[in-house]
Amino acid sequence: MTPENQQVLDLLRAMHADAIVAEAEFRDELTVEVKPERIVEVCRFLRDDPRTVFDLLADCCGIDMYTPTKRFGVIYNLYSLKRRHRIRLKTFVEEESPTIASVTGVWGTANWHERETYDMFGIEFTGHPDLRRMYMPEEFEYHPLRKDFPLMGIPGSLELPKK
Amino acid sequence: MEQRPLEQIKKTKILEALENAHTTVSFEDPLGSEMVLNMGPQHPATHGVLRLLIKLDGETVLAAIPELGYLHRGYEKLAEASTFHEFIPHTDRLDYLSPLSNNTAYVLAVEKLAGIEAPRRAQFIRVLISELARISSHLMFLGSLAMDVGALTVWMWSFREREKLYDIFETIAGARFTTSYTRVGGLAQDVTPDVLNTVKLFIDEFPEKLEECAKMLNTNRIFLGRTDGVGVITREQAIDLGYTGAGLRACGVGHDLRRANPYLVYSELDFEIPVYEGGDSLARYYVRMDEMLESAKIVQQVLAKIPAGPVHASAPKKVLPRKDRVYTKMEELIHDFMIVNFGIEPPVGEVYHAVESPKGELGFYLNSNGDGHPWRLKIRSPSFVNLQTLPIMTKGAMISDVVAIIGSLDPVMGEADK
Repeated sequence: MTPENQQVLDLLRAMHADAIVAEAEFRDELTVEVKPERIVEVCRFLRDDPRTVFDLLADCCGIDMYTPTKRFGVIYNLYSLKRRHRIRLKTFVEEESPTIASVTGVWGTANWHERETYDMFGIEFTGHPDLRRMYMPEEFEYHPLRKDFPLMGIPGSLELPKK
Repeated sequence: MEQRPLEQIKKTKILEALENAHTTVSFEDPLGSEMVLNMGPQHPATHGVLRLLIKLDGETVLAAIPELGYLHRGYEKLAEASTFHEFIPHTDRLDYLSPLSNNTAYVLAVEKLAGIEAPRRAQFIRVLISELARISSHLMFLGSLAMDVGALTVWMWSFREREKLYDIFETIAGARFTTSYTRVGGLAQDVTPDVLNTVKLFIDEFPEKLEECAKMLNTNRIFLGRTDGVGVITREQAIDLGYTGAGLRACGVGHDLRRANPYLVYSELDFEIPVYEGGDSLARYYVRMDEMLESAKIVQQVLAKIPAGPVHASAPKKVLPRKDRVYTKMEELIHDFMIVNFGIEPPVGEVYHAVESPKGELGFYLNSNGDGHPWRLKIRSPSFVNLQTLPIMTKGAMISDVVAIIGSLDPVMGEADK
Protein backbone atom coordinates (compact mmCIF):
# COMPACT_ATOMS: atom_id res chain seq x y z
CA MET A 1 0.00 0.00 0.00
CA THR A 2 1.28 3.47 -0.84
CA PRO A 3 2.24 5.66 2.17
CA GLU A 4 -0.52 8.21 1.41
CA ASN A 5 -3.20 5.53 1.31
CA GLN A 6 -1.83 3.91 4.44
CA GLN A 7 -1.91 7.22 6.29
CA VAL A 8 -5.55 7.90 5.40
CA LEU A 9 -6.54 4.33 6.26
CA ASP A 10 -4.74 4.48 9.62
CA LEU A 11 -6.51 7.73 10.43
CA LEU A 12 -9.87 6.27 9.50
CA ARG A 13 -9.17 3.19 11.58
CA ALA A 14 -8.17 5.32 14.54
CA MET A 15 -11.15 7.67 14.40
CA HIS A 16 -13.96 5.63 12.83
CA ALA A 17 -12.92 2.01 13.19
CA ASP A 18 -16.49 0.82 13.74
CA ALA A 19 -17.66 2.48 10.50
CA ILE A 20 -15.26 0.56 8.24
CA VAL A 21 -16.58 -2.64 6.66
CA ALA A 22 -13.71 -3.48 4.33
CA GLU A 23 -10.83 -1.91 2.49
CA ALA A 24 -8.95 -2.76 -0.68
CA GLU A 25 -6.16 -1.36 -2.77
CA PHE A 26 -6.06 -1.87 -6.51
CA ARG A 27 -3.66 -0.05 -8.88
CA ASP A 28 -2.57 2.21 -5.98
CA GLU A 29 -6.16 3.35 -5.38
CA LEU A 30 -7.61 2.91 -1.94
CA THR A 31 -11.26 1.89 -1.63
CA VAL A 32 -12.83 1.91 1.81
CA GLU A 33 -16.25 0.39 2.29
CA VAL A 34 -18.12 2.09 5.11
CA LYS A 35 -21.44 1.47 6.80
CA PRO A 36 -24.21 3.45 5.08
CA GLU A 37 -25.49 5.02 8.30
CA ARG A 38 -22.03 6.50 9.00
CA ILE A 39 -21.32 7.96 5.57
CA VAL A 40 -21.98 11.65 6.35
CA GLU A 41 -19.90 11.48 9.49
CA VAL A 42 -16.94 9.83 7.70
CA CYS A 43 -17.17 12.27 4.77
CA ARG A 44 -17.22 15.27 7.07
CA PHE A 45 -14.20 13.93 8.95
CA LEU A 46 -12.26 13.33 5.72
CA ARG A 47 -13.05 16.83 4.48
CA ASP A 48 -12.28 18.69 7.69
CA ASP A 49 -9.32 16.86 9.19
CA PRO A 50 -6.10 18.78 8.37
CA ARG A 51 -4.30 15.50 7.66
CA THR A 52 -6.75 14.45 4.94
CA VAL A 53 -8.52 17.60 3.57
CA PHE A 54 -10.54 15.90 0.86
CA ASP A 55 -12.10 19.20 -0.15
CA LEU A 56 -13.27 18.17 -3.62
CA LEU A 57 -15.88 15.51 -4.23
CA ALA A 58 -14.72 14.57 -7.70
CA ASP A 59 -17.54 12.18 -8.36
CA CYS A 60 -20.36 10.32 -6.71
CA CYS A 61 -22.22 7.57 -8.50
CA GLY A 62 -24.33 4.51 -7.97
CA ILE A 63 -23.65 0.89 -8.82
CA ASP A 64 -25.86 -2.16 -9.10
CA MET A 65 -23.89 -5.26 -8.08
CA TYR A 66 -26.89 -7.53 -8.81
CA THR A 67 -25.97 -10.20 -6.26
CA PRO A 68 -28.35 -11.66 -3.62
CA THR A 69 -26.41 -10.16 -0.74
CA LYS A 70 -25.27 -6.85 -2.24
CA ARG A 71 -27.32 -4.88 -4.67
CA PHE A 72 -27.16 -1.09 -4.75
CA GLY A 73 -24.07 0.82 -3.78
CA VAL A 74 -23.00 4.44 -3.77
CA ILE A 75 -19.42 5.33 -4.65
CA TYR A 76 -17.69 8.57 -3.66
CA ASN A 77 -14.45 9.54 -5.38
CA LEU A 78 -12.73 12.10 -3.19
CA TYR A 79 -9.85 14.36 -4.10
CA SER A 80 -7.68 16.60 -2.01
CA LEU A 81 -6.54 19.75 -3.82
CA LYS A 82 -3.85 20.35 -1.23
CA ARG A 83 -2.46 16.82 -0.96
CA ARG A 84 -3.23 15.85 -4.58
CA HIS A 85 -4.51 12.52 -3.40
CA ARG A 86 -7.54 10.44 -4.28
CA ILE A 87 -9.43 7.85 -2.32
CA ARG A 88 -12.74 6.16 -2.86
CA LEU A 89 -15.53 5.51 -0.38
CA LYS A 90 -18.09 2.87 -1.05
CA THR A 91 -21.23 1.92 0.73
CA PHE A 92 -24.01 -0.56 0.09
CA VAL A 93 -27.66 0.07 0.86
CA GLU A 94 -30.47 -2.41 1.25
CA GLU A 95 -32.23 -3.56 -1.91
CA GLU A 96 -35.81 -2.92 -0.81
CA SER A 97 -36.31 0.85 -0.68
CA PRO A 98 -32.63 1.85 -1.01
CA THR A 99 -32.06 4.93 1.13
CA ILE A 100 -28.95 6.75 2.31
CA ALA A 101 -28.20 10.10 3.88
CA SER A 102 -27.24 12.87 1.48
CA VAL A 103 -23.75 14.40 1.62
CA THR A 104 -24.90 17.70 0.10
CA GLY A 105 -24.21 19.29 3.49
CA VAL A 106 -20.55 18.29 3.17
CA TRP A 107 -19.95 19.05 -0.53
CA GLY A 108 -22.41 21.17 -2.48
CA THR A 109 -21.45 19.39 -5.69
CA ALA A 110 -23.12 16.21 -4.41
CA ASN A 111 -26.46 17.82 -5.25
CA TRP A 112 -26.51 16.93 -8.95
CA HIS A 113 -24.52 13.72 -8.53
CA GLU A 114 -27.09 12.42 -6.08
CA ARG A 115 -29.93 13.52 -8.31
CA GLU A 116 -28.33 11.54 -11.13
CA THR A 117 -27.88 8.50 -8.89
CA TYR A 118 -31.50 8.75 -7.80
CA ASP A 119 -32.58 9.01 -11.42
CA MET A 120 -30.49 6.07 -12.63
CA PHE A 121 -30.72 3.68 -9.66
CA GLY A 122 -33.67 4.85 -7.58
CA ILE A 123 -31.56 5.36 -4.48
CA GLU A 124 -33.26 7.90 -2.22
CA PHE A 125 -31.05 10.49 -0.52
CA THR A 126 -32.53 11.73 2.72
CA GLY A 127 -31.86 15.38 3.48
CA HIS A 128 -31.31 16.24 -0.19
CA PRO A 129 -32.60 19.76 -0.90
CA ASP A 130 -34.00 19.08 -4.38
CA LEU A 131 -34.27 15.37 -5.20
CA ARG A 132 -35.64 15.37 -8.75
CA ARG A 133 -34.70 13.29 -11.75
CA MET A 134 -31.60 14.62 -13.48
CA TYR A 135 -31.87 13.30 -17.04
CA MET A 136 -35.02 11.25 -17.53
CA PRO A 137 -38.46 12.90 -17.84
CA GLU A 138 -40.36 13.44 -14.62
CA GLU A 139 -43.13 10.98 -15.52
CA PHE A 140 -40.67 8.14 -16.28
CA GLU A 141 -41.18 5.42 -13.69
CA TYR A 142 -38.09 3.21 -14.09
CA HIS A 143 -34.44 3.56 -13.17
CA PRO A 144 -32.47 2.79 -16.33
CA LEU A 145 -29.05 1.85 -14.97
CA ARG A 146 -30.43 -0.94 -12.80
CA LYS A 147 -29.29 -4.25 -14.20
CA ASP A 148 -32.87 -5.52 -14.51
CA PHE A 149 -33.77 -2.65 -16.85
CA PRO A 150 -33.38 -3.94 -20.42
CA LEU A 151 -30.85 -2.29 -22.73
CA MET A 152 -33.50 -1.74 -25.42
CA GLY A 153 -35.78 0.04 -22.95
CA ILE A 154 -39.35 -0.82 -22.01
CA PRO A 155 -41.93 -0.28 -24.76
CA GLY A 156 -44.50 2.31 -23.78
CA SER A 157 -42.48 3.65 -20.86
CA LEU A 158 -42.04 6.97 -22.65
CA GLU A 159 -45.08 8.41 -24.33
CA LEU A 160 -44.51 9.22 -27.98
CA PRO A 161 -46.19 12.15 -29.76
CA LYS A 162 -49.65 11.31 -31.13
CA LYS A 163 -50.03 11.32 -34.89
CA MET B 1 -31.99 41.82 -5.28
CA GLU B 2 -33.82 44.77 -3.88
CA GLN B 3 -35.72 46.97 -6.22
CA ARG B 4 -34.60 50.55 -6.07
CA PRO B 5 -37.31 53.16 -5.45
CA LEU B 6 -38.21 55.06 -8.60
CA GLU B 7 -37.11 58.44 -7.28
CA GLN B 8 -33.58 57.09 -6.69
CA ILE B 9 -33.06 56.05 -10.30
CA LYS B 10 -30.68 58.60 -11.73
CA LYS B 11 -32.38 60.74 -14.29
CA THR B 12 -30.07 60.75 -17.23
CA LYS B 13 -30.42 63.33 -19.95
CA ILE B 14 -32.03 60.85 -22.28
CA LEU B 15 -34.67 60.02 -19.67
CA GLU B 16 -35.30 63.72 -19.08
CA ALA B 17 -35.72 64.19 -22.79
CA LEU B 18 -38.13 61.29 -22.87
CA GLU B 19 -40.19 62.78 -20.06
CA ASN B 20 -40.26 66.18 -21.67
CA ALA B 21 -41.57 64.66 -24.88
CA HIS B 22 -45.07 64.35 -23.34
CA THR B 23 -45.42 60.68 -23.97
CA THR B 24 -47.34 58.22 -21.86
CA VAL B 25 -44.24 56.27 -20.84
CA SER B 26 -44.33 55.31 -17.18
CA PHE B 27 -41.63 53.73 -15.07
CA GLU B 28 -44.02 51.32 -13.46
CA ASP B 29 -43.79 47.73 -14.52
CA PRO B 30 -47.14 46.74 -16.00
CA LEU B 31 -46.40 43.01 -15.75
CA GLY B 32 -45.90 42.94 -11.99
CA SER B 33 -42.56 42.59 -10.36
CA GLU B 34 -41.55 39.03 -11.31
CA MET B 35 -41.82 36.84 -14.34
CA VAL B 36 -40.56 33.41 -15.32
CA LEU B 37 -38.73 32.99 -18.60
CA ASN B 38 -38.03 29.68 -20.28
CA MET B 39 -34.77 29.71 -22.23
CA GLY B 40 -34.01 26.72 -24.37
CA PRO B 41 -33.61 23.84 -24.95
CA GLN B 42 -33.69 25.01 -28.56
CA HIS B 43 -32.11 28.41 -28.22
CA PRO B 44 -29.27 29.68 -30.40
CA ALA B 45 -27.35 31.10 -27.46
CA THR B 46 -27.42 28.23 -24.97
CA HIS B 47 -24.65 26.20 -26.65
CA GLY B 48 -26.57 23.03 -27.30
CA VAL B 49 -29.74 21.75 -25.75
CA LEU B 50 -29.41 23.41 -22.37
CA ARG B 51 -32.69 24.59 -20.85
CA LEU B 52 -32.83 27.31 -18.25
CA LEU B 53 -35.82 28.43 -16.24
CA ILE B 54 -35.16 31.98 -15.13
CA LYS B 55 -37.07 34.04 -12.62
CA LEU B 56 -36.75 37.68 -13.55
CA ASP B 57 -37.41 40.98 -11.89
CA GLY B 58 -37.44 43.34 -14.81
CA GLU B 59 -34.14 42.51 -16.50
CA THR B 60 -32.47 41.18 -13.37
CA VAL B 61 -32.13 37.45 -12.80
CA LEU B 62 -33.44 36.41 -9.40
CA ALA B 63 -32.84 32.70 -9.86
CA ALA B 64 -31.94 30.31 -12.67
CA ILE B 65 -32.50 26.57 -12.74
CA PRO B 66 -30.68 24.52 -15.40
CA GLU B 67 -32.53 21.53 -16.76
CA LEU B 68 -30.51 18.75 -18.38
CA GLY B 69 -31.22 15.53 -20.19
CA TYR B 70 -32.23 16.68 -23.66
CA LEU B 71 -29.19 14.95 -25.16
CA HIS B 72 -29.13 11.98 -22.79
CA ARG B 73 -28.24 8.90 -24.81
CA GLY B 74 -27.50 6.51 -21.98
CA TYR B 75 -23.83 5.92 -22.72
CA GLU B 76 -23.25 4.39 -19.31
CA LYS B 77 -25.90 1.77 -20.04
CA LEU B 78 -24.50 1.16 -23.53
CA ALA B 79 -21.02 0.69 -22.08
CA GLU B 80 -22.22 -2.21 -19.96
CA ALA B 81 -23.25 -4.01 -23.14
CA SER B 82 -20.14 -3.27 -25.19
CA THR B 83 -16.53 -4.35 -24.87
CA PHE B 84 -13.90 -1.90 -23.71
CA HIS B 85 -12.84 -1.29 -27.31
CA GLU B 86 -16.38 -0.84 -28.57
CA PHE B 87 -16.90 2.10 -26.26
CA ILE B 88 -14.10 4.22 -27.78
CA PRO B 89 -16.30 5.71 -30.58
CA HIS B 90 -18.89 6.73 -27.98
CA THR B 91 -16.28 8.88 -26.23
CA ASP B 92 -16.07 11.06 -29.38
CA ARG B 93 -19.66 12.04 -28.81
CA LEU B 94 -19.19 13.17 -25.23
CA ASP B 95 -17.34 16.46 -25.53
CA TYR B 96 -17.66 16.68 -29.28
CA LEU B 97 -15.42 19.75 -29.40
CA SER B 98 -12.39 17.80 -28.20
CA PRO B 99 -12.95 14.13 -29.14
CA LEU B 100 -9.23 13.32 -29.19
CA SER B 101 -8.91 14.36 -25.57
CA ASN B 102 -11.83 12.10 -24.58
CA ASN B 103 -10.37 9.18 -26.52
CA THR B 104 -7.12 9.58 -24.61
CA ALA B 105 -8.87 9.92 -21.23
CA TYR B 106 -10.90 6.76 -21.75
CA VAL B 107 -8.08 4.49 -22.89
CA LEU B 108 -5.89 5.73 -20.03
CA ALA B 109 -8.56 4.54 -17.59
CA VAL B 110 -8.85 1.17 -19.34
CA GLU B 111 -5.08 0.80 -19.44
CA LYS B 112 -4.89 1.50 -15.74
CA LEU B 113 -7.50 -1.17 -15.13
CA ALA B 114 -5.81 -3.69 -17.41
CA GLY B 115 -2.34 -2.85 -16.12
CA ILE B 116 -0.70 -2.01 -19.43
CA GLU B 117 1.13 1.06 -20.60
CA ALA B 118 1.38 2.52 -24.06
CA PRO B 119 4.89 2.91 -25.53
CA ARG B 120 6.59 6.26 -25.29
CA ARG B 121 5.94 7.34 -28.86
CA ALA B 122 2.23 6.70 -28.39
CA GLN B 123 2.29 8.69 -25.15
CA PHE B 124 3.90 11.66 -26.87
CA ILE B 125 1.34 11.50 -29.67
CA ARG B 126 -1.44 11.36 -27.08
CA VAL B 127 -0.08 14.51 -25.45
CA LEU B 128 0.14 16.12 -28.88
CA ILE B 129 -3.47 15.34 -29.80
CA SER B 130 -4.76 16.27 -26.34
CA GLU B 131 -3.13 19.68 -26.56
CA LEU B 132 -4.32 20.26 -30.13
CA ALA B 133 -7.80 19.31 -28.93
CA ARG B 134 -7.45 21.79 -26.08
CA ILE B 135 -6.53 24.55 -28.53
CA SER B 136 -9.44 23.61 -30.75
CA SER B 137 -11.90 23.56 -27.86
CA HIS B 138 -10.67 26.86 -26.43
CA LEU B 139 -10.88 28.46 -29.89
CA MET B 140 -14.50 27.41 -29.99
CA PHE B 141 -14.93 29.00 -26.56
CA LEU B 142 -13.25 32.17 -27.75
CA GLY B 143 -15.35 32.41 -30.87
CA SER B 144 -18.65 31.70 -29.20
CA LEU B 145 -18.03 33.99 -26.23
CA ALA B 146 -17.08 36.78 -28.61
CA MET B 147 -20.17 36.11 -30.68
CA ASP B 148 -22.39 36.03 -27.60
CA VAL B 149 -21.31 39.58 -26.80
CA GLY B 150 -21.53 40.70 -30.41
CA ALA B 151 -17.97 40.50 -31.76
CA LEU B 152 -18.46 38.52 -34.93
CA THR B 153 -14.98 39.04 -36.36
CA VAL B 154 -13.26 37.06 -33.62
CA TRP B 155 -15.67 34.22 -34.21
CA MET B 156 -14.66 34.16 -37.88
CA TRP B 157 -10.95 34.29 -37.06
CA SER B 158 -11.07 31.59 -34.40
CA PHE B 159 -13.02 29.31 -36.74
CA ARG B 160 -10.42 29.88 -39.43
CA GLU B 161 -7.80 28.49 -37.04
CA ARG B 162 -10.05 25.62 -35.99
CA GLU B 163 -10.48 24.71 -39.64
CA LYS B 164 -6.71 24.20 -39.94
CA LEU B 165 -6.80 22.02 -36.83
CA TYR B 166 -9.62 19.90 -38.18
CA ASP B 167 -7.64 19.35 -41.36
CA ILE B 168 -4.81 18.07 -39.16
CA PHE B 169 -7.19 15.81 -37.22
CA GLU B 170 -8.48 14.45 -40.48
CA THR B 171 -4.99 13.46 -41.62
CA ILE B 172 -4.15 11.99 -38.20
CA ALA B 173 -7.34 10.05 -37.53
CA GLY B 174 -9.21 9.95 -40.82
CA ALA B 175 -12.15 11.94 -39.51
CA ARG B 176 -12.66 15.53 -38.49
CA PHE B 177 -15.03 15.14 -35.54
CA THR B 178 -15.57 11.48 -34.76
CA THR B 179 -11.92 10.62 -34.50
CA SER B 180 -11.87 7.40 -32.36
CA TYR B 181 -8.12 7.58 -32.71
CA THR B 182 -6.78 5.89 -29.59
CA ARG B 183 -6.77 2.19 -28.82
CA VAL B 184 -6.22 0.34 -25.58
CA GLY B 185 -2.44 0.10 -25.38
CA GLY B 186 -1.72 2.48 -28.22
CA LEU B 187 -3.19 4.30 -31.17
CA ALA B 188 -5.18 3.38 -34.26
CA GLN B 189 -2.10 4.14 -36.37
CA ASP B 190 1.14 6.04 -36.18
CA VAL B 191 1.39 9.64 -37.39
CA THR B 192 3.38 10.34 -40.50
CA PRO B 193 6.24 12.86 -40.70
CA ASP B 194 4.00 14.93 -43.03
CA VAL B 195 1.44 15.34 -40.27
CA LEU B 196 4.08 16.48 -37.83
CA ASN B 197 5.28 19.03 -40.40
CA THR B 198 1.75 20.36 -40.80
CA VAL B 199 1.37 20.60 -37.04
CA LYS B 200 4.69 22.46 -36.90
CA LEU B 201 3.55 24.95 -39.54
CA PHE B 202 0.29 25.52 -37.70
CA ILE B 203 1.78 25.86 -34.24
CA ASP B 204 4.56 28.21 -35.39
CA GLU B 205 2.12 30.82 -36.60
CA PHE B 206 -0.63 30.12 -34.06
CA PRO B 207 0.52 32.51 -31.25
CA GLU B 208 0.53 35.36 -33.75
CA LYS B 209 -2.98 34.53 -34.95
CA LEU B 210 -4.20 34.29 -31.37
CA GLU B 211 -2.64 37.65 -30.62
CA GLU B 212 -4.77 39.15 -33.42
CA CYS B 213 -7.91 37.82 -31.74
CA ALA B 214 -6.71 39.04 -28.34
CA LYS B 215 -6.13 42.54 -29.73
CA MET B 216 -9.75 42.64 -30.87
CA LEU B 217 -11.02 41.85 -27.38
CA ASN B 218 -8.57 42.79 -24.62
CA THR B 219 -9.16 46.53 -24.91
CA ASN B 220 -12.62 46.31 -26.38
CA ARG B 221 -14.98 48.36 -24.21
CA ILE B 222 -18.04 46.35 -25.12
CA PHE B 223 -16.32 43.04 -24.45
CA LEU B 224 -14.89 44.22 -21.13
CA GLY B 225 -18.21 45.72 -20.10
CA ARG B 226 -19.97 42.46 -20.77
CA THR B 227 -17.44 40.21 -19.00
CA ASP B 228 -15.59 42.21 -16.33
CA GLY B 229 -17.19 41.53 -12.96
CA VAL B 230 -19.95 39.46 -14.58
CA GLY B 231 -20.70 35.90 -13.52
CA VAL B 232 -18.57 36.00 -10.39
CA ILE B 233 -17.96 32.88 -8.33
CA THR B 234 -15.73 32.79 -5.28
CA ARG B 235 -12.98 30.30 -4.66
CA GLU B 236 -14.85 28.62 -1.78
CA GLN B 237 -18.06 28.28 -3.79
CA ALA B 238 -16.13 26.86 -6.75
CA ILE B 239 -14.41 24.17 -4.67
CA ASP B 240 -17.63 23.31 -2.85
CA LEU B 241 -19.42 22.83 -6.17
CA GLY B 242 -16.61 20.74 -7.62
CA TYR B 243 -15.81 23.30 -10.32
CA THR B 244 -12.69 22.23 -12.23
CA GLY B 245 -10.75 23.37 -15.26
CA ALA B 246 -10.20 26.91 -16.46
CA GLY B 247 -13.06 28.22 -14.29
CA LEU B 248 -11.40 27.02 -11.10
CA ARG B 249 -8.07 28.50 -12.18
CA ALA B 250 -9.89 31.80 -12.79
CA CYS B 251 -10.82 31.78 -9.06
CA GLY B 252 -7.18 31.72 -7.98
CA VAL B 253 -6.81 27.96 -7.48
CA GLY B 254 -3.81 26.67 -9.43
CA HIS B 255 -5.17 23.16 -9.83
CA ASP B 256 -4.36 21.34 -13.05
CA LEU B 257 -4.24 17.54 -13.18
CA ARG B 258 -1.43 17.66 -15.73
CA ARG B 259 0.71 19.16 -12.97
CA ALA B 260 -0.99 17.78 -9.83
CA ASN B 261 -1.15 14.11 -10.86
CA PRO B 262 0.91 13.91 -14.06
CA TYR B 263 -0.16 11.27 -16.56
CA LEU B 264 1.33 10.43 -19.97
CA VAL B 265 4.62 12.37 -20.30
CA TYR B 266 3.45 15.72 -18.88
CA SER B 267 6.01 15.53 -16.07
CA GLU B 268 8.80 15.80 -18.67
CA LEU B 269 7.36 18.87 -20.35
CA ASP B 270 7.80 22.47 -19.36
CA PHE B 271 4.63 24.56 -19.15
CA GLU B 272 2.92 27.06 -16.87
CA ILE B 273 -0.49 26.87 -15.22
CA PRO B 274 -2.19 30.24 -15.80
CA VAL B 275 -4.07 31.42 -12.70
CA TYR B 276 -6.24 34.54 -12.39
CA GLU B 277 -8.04 35.90 -9.37
CA GLY B 278 -11.25 37.56 -10.52
CA GLY B 279 -13.54 34.53 -10.72
CA ASP B 280 -15.56 36.37 -13.39
CA SER B 281 -16.13 35.81 -17.09
CA LEU B 282 -13.14 37.97 -17.97
CA ALA B 283 -10.79 35.91 -15.79
CA ARG B 284 -12.06 32.70 -17.38
CA TYR B 285 -11.38 34.25 -20.78
CA TYR B 286 -7.82 35.21 -19.81
CA VAL B 287 -7.08 31.76 -18.37
CA ARG B 288 -8.15 30.04 -21.57
CA MET B 289 -6.22 32.49 -23.77
CA ASP B 290 -3.05 31.83 -21.78
CA GLU B 291 -3.71 28.11 -21.79
CA MET B 292 -3.78 28.04 -25.57
CA LEU B 293 -0.30 29.59 -25.65
CA GLU B 294 0.90 27.05 -23.07
CA SER B 295 -0.58 24.25 -25.16
CA ALA B 296 1.28 25.61 -28.16
CA LYS B 297 4.47 25.49 -26.08
CA ILE B 298 3.77 21.86 -25.15
CA VAL B 299 3.14 20.95 -28.77
CA GLN B 300 6.47 22.50 -29.77
CA GLN B 301 8.27 20.44 -27.12
CA VAL B 302 6.48 17.26 -28.17
CA LEU B 303 7.50 17.85 -31.78
CA ALA B 304 11.10 18.29 -30.68
CA LYS B 305 11.19 15.34 -28.31
CA ILE B 306 8.96 12.73 -29.93
CA PRO B 307 10.90 9.45 -30.02
CA ALA B 308 10.80 6.80 -32.73
CA GLY B 309 9.39 3.41 -31.93
CA PRO B 310 6.21 1.40 -31.87
CA VAL B 311 2.81 2.88 -31.01
CA HIS B 312 1.30 -0.34 -29.68
CA ALA B 313 2.10 -1.92 -26.35
CA SER B 314 3.42 -5.46 -26.46
CA ALA B 315 0.49 -7.17 -24.72
CA PRO B 316 -1.09 -9.51 -27.28
CA LYS B 317 -4.12 -10.42 -25.16
CA LYS B 318 -5.06 -6.80 -24.51
CA VAL B 319 -3.96 -4.82 -27.55
CA LEU B 320 -5.56 -5.22 -30.97
CA PRO B 321 -2.98 -6.59 -33.46
CA ARG B 322 -2.15 -4.82 -36.70
CA LYS B 323 -4.42 -5.76 -39.58
CA ASP B 324 -1.68 -7.01 -41.91
CA ARG B 325 -0.48 -9.39 -39.22
CA VAL B 326 -4.03 -10.63 -38.56
CA TYR B 327 -4.18 -11.78 -42.17
CA THR B 328 -0.83 -13.55 -42.13
CA LYS B 329 -0.14 -14.83 -38.58
CA MET B 330 -2.14 -17.55 -36.85
CA GLU B 331 -1.63 -16.21 -33.28
CA GLU B 332 -2.54 -12.65 -34.23
CA LEU B 333 -5.71 -13.91 -35.89
CA ILE B 334 -6.68 -15.76 -32.69
CA HIS B 335 -5.96 -12.71 -30.53
CA ASP B 336 -7.91 -10.44 -32.86
CA PHE B 337 -10.86 -12.84 -32.75
CA MET B 338 -10.79 -13.09 -28.96
CA ILE B 339 -10.39 -9.33 -28.36
CA VAL B 340 -13.10 -8.37 -30.82
CA ASN B 341 -15.61 -11.01 -29.71
CA PHE B 342 -15.00 -11.36 -26.00
CA GLY B 343 -13.15 -8.18 -25.02
CA ILE B 344 -9.85 -7.72 -23.27
CA GLU B 345 -10.96 -9.21 -19.92
CA PRO B 346 -9.06 -7.08 -17.40
CA PRO B 347 -8.71 -8.32 -13.81
CA VAL B 348 -11.45 -7.87 -11.22
CA GLY B 349 -11.18 -4.42 -9.69
CA GLU B 350 -12.15 -0.79 -9.91
CA VAL B 351 -10.26 2.29 -11.00
CA TYR B 352 -10.92 5.97 -11.43
CA HIS B 353 -8.68 7.85 -13.79
CA ALA B 354 -9.03 11.53 -14.53
CA VAL B 355 -7.31 13.81 -17.00
CA GLU B 356 -7.35 17.56 -17.45
CA SER B 357 -9.63 17.85 -20.46
CA PRO B 358 -10.25 21.29 -22.03
CA LYS B 359 -13.40 21.62 -19.90
CA GLY B 360 -11.98 20.39 -16.60
CA GLU B 361 -11.53 17.07 -14.84
CA LEU B 362 -12.73 14.32 -17.15
CA GLY B 363 -12.73 11.07 -15.23
CA PHE B 364 -13.77 7.53 -15.95
CA TYR B 365 -14.72 5.19 -13.14
CA LEU B 366 -14.49 1.58 -14.31
CA ASN B 367 -15.69 -1.41 -12.35
CA SER B 368 -14.67 -4.75 -13.82
CA ASN B 369 -15.77 -8.21 -12.79
CA GLY B 370 -13.16 -9.85 -15.03
CA ASP B 371 -15.51 -9.89 -18.01
CA GLY B 372 -14.87 -8.36 -21.42
CA HIS B 373 -17.45 -5.67 -20.70
CA PRO B 374 -17.26 -3.06 -17.96
CA TRP B 375 -19.64 -3.95 -15.13
CA ARG B 376 -20.09 -0.26 -14.49
CA LEU B 377 -18.67 2.70 -16.32
CA LYS B 378 -19.21 6.14 -14.91
CA ILE B 379 -18.25 9.25 -16.82
CA ARG B 380 -17.32 12.13 -14.58
CA SER B 381 -17.96 14.83 -17.12
CA PRO B 382 -16.64 18.30 -16.33
CA SER B 383 -19.45 20.13 -18.16
CA PHE B 384 -22.07 18.41 -16.02
CA VAL B 385 -20.41 19.43 -12.78
CA ASN B 386 -19.44 22.90 -14.00
CA LEU B 387 -23.02 23.70 -15.03
CA GLN B 388 -23.99 23.40 -11.41
CA THR B 389 -22.28 26.75 -10.80
CA LEU B 390 -24.57 28.54 -13.26
CA PRO B 391 -27.28 29.49 -10.68
CA ILE B 392 -24.63 31.20 -8.54
CA MET B 393 -23.00 33.00 -11.46
CA THR B 394 -26.26 34.29 -12.93
CA LYS B 395 -27.86 35.43 -9.70
CA GLY B 396 -28.30 39.18 -9.84
CA ALA B 397 -27.02 39.40 -13.40
CA MET B 398 -28.88 40.95 -16.32
CA ILE B 399 -30.85 38.69 -18.63
CA SER B 400 -28.54 39.55 -21.55
CA ASP B 401 -25.52 38.56 -19.47
CA VAL B 402 -26.89 35.05 -18.94
CA VAL B 403 -25.89 34.24 -22.49
CA ALA B 404 -22.37 35.61 -22.00
CA ILE B 405 -22.03 33.72 -18.71
CA ILE B 406 -23.00 30.43 -20.35
CA GLY B 407 -20.44 31.23 -23.03
CA SER B 408 -17.72 31.82 -20.44
CA LEU B 409 -18.67 28.61 -18.62
CA ASP B 410 -18.15 26.77 -21.91
CA PRO B 411 -20.39 23.74 -21.37
CA VAL B 412 -20.83 21.04 -23.99
CA MET B 413 -24.14 19.32 -23.65
CA GLY B 414 -23.00 16.09 -25.26
CA GLU B 415 -20.78 15.63 -22.25
CA ALA B 416 -23.12 17.06 -19.62
CA ASP B 417 -25.96 14.79 -20.72
CA LYS B 418 -23.86 11.70 -21.53
